[in-house]
Amino acid sequence: MDDLTPAELPSHHEPGALTMSTRTAVILTIFTVAFTALMAVTYQMTKTTIAASAESEKMKLIGEVLPATVYDNELLKDWIELPATAEIGNDIPTRVYRARKNGSAAALVIEAAATDGYSGHIGLILAVRASGELIAVRVTGHRETPGLGDYIDPKKDKNKAKPWISQFNDLGFAQINPAEWKVIKDGGRFEQRAGATISARAVTNAVGRALRFANAARERLYTIPAQAKF
Amino acid sequence: MTYRAIIHNGLWKQNSGLVQLLGMCPLLAMSNSFVNAAGLGLATVFVMALSNWAVSVLRSLIPYEIRIPVFILVIAALVTVVDLAMNAWLHDLYNVLGIFIPLIVTNCIVLARVEAYAAKNPPIASALDGAMMGLGLTLVLVVLGGIREFIGTGALFGGIEMIIPGATAVQILPADYPGFLTVILPPGAFFVLGCLIAVRNWLDARAARRALAGTQPPAPLQIATA
Repeated sequence: MDDLTPAELPSHHEPGALTMSTRTAVILTIFTVAFTALMAVTYQMTKTTIAASAESEKMKLIGEVLPATVYDNELLKDWIELPATAEIGNDIPTRVYRARKNGSAAALVIEAAATDGYSGHIGLILAVRASGELIAVRVTGHRETPGLGDYIDPKKDKNKAKPWISQFNDLGFAQINPAEWKVIKDGGRFEQRAGATISARAVTNAVGRALRFANAARERLYTIPAQAKF
Repeated sequence: MTYRAIIHNGLWKQNSGLVQLLGMCPLLAMSNSFVNAAGLGLATVFVMALSNWAVSVLRSLIPYEIRIPVFILVIAALVTVVDLAMNAWLHDLYNVLGIFIPLIVTNCIVLARVEAYAAKNPPIASALDGAMMGLGLTLVLVVLGGIREFIGTGALFGGIEMIIPGATAVQILPADYPGFLTVILPPGAFFVLGCLIAVRNWLDARAARRALAGTQPPAPLQIATA
């Protein structure tokens, strides 16, 4: 490695401290402005493309819990804003999408979170039929232990034929008594995997809470105007 | 410094993962599987080549006294630009590497190479130095990730479907292998990395012994052939 040779050090004709610091301040400002401009230009150029792909990703995620046959309205326009609701684990405002078929209520897509997982929040997305049962649930983000608690995400679940999270499909409180909406280990009806009950318990309880919320607030969730606050 | 020397330096002699031991934060966190490790490594190669090249081009304009803030500014701005551009125009790749790109800013090896090399060398050599340092780190990451994934889960290439659609992980040990959680968690990274460093040092020591033996009259060799 080349060492720093004296020639590369600043030439010392001692311009005086004030001139010196003004000079470096000006140069640093120029660099800051130039690179901030570079970032601003890139941001402007990429903004619409990024927003479009974020939207298509959202659609893909919704598509995992809500089959396209269930609704015929423009789902991404028919949403309402749900303020931070501790009851279902959301600490920031989220959107509830409302699926309708032939103008009548079909299903709600709700984001919720389990706050008592093994490691931080477990984000969930649920589709709930107007008749009160779940269609499906997916995990949108989690930090559960890889290889242990991460089976809650079907992409990481070793059982590909019947992933753990699929046991919630088509169930509501008509099928399962609310008091039994727990993992088997807690005296409920839902399976957990050996060695990682905490993740399963957190998701199961959060799904139950979100379902209860969706059923209790159903009337208002469907009827308030689109893009309004709940 | 010849290009050959730059390559040798980056991949072996001053390997950032095994010798300089820089950039441990993303290295230890992301090396829990082969695919994660390869993803972070490739993103690092790209960012290091780019930031080394950019600083080298600008080096005569950067006053010595404020070089560190300017370097950080250049690196952070470039990483942001790469992050946005990839998100917009290479979205499939971004879905795989996207989470790693902001992590690279936390990697001090980027700043270290800019300061130690790019600030006083021409652009092409600097870009090569950045790419080779990144590649050296990638090799360590991939070996570390592969070993940890294999011991920890008994499989390899978990998550490969993000890169090659349709491909699946290879289960090497029987499916009822219970797994070895410690190796997947951060302490496992320290253990495995320690072993890799020991192997590298052993190889270097052996090479040095052989070089030393080669300079002496080849007496033992004559006995052997006699």
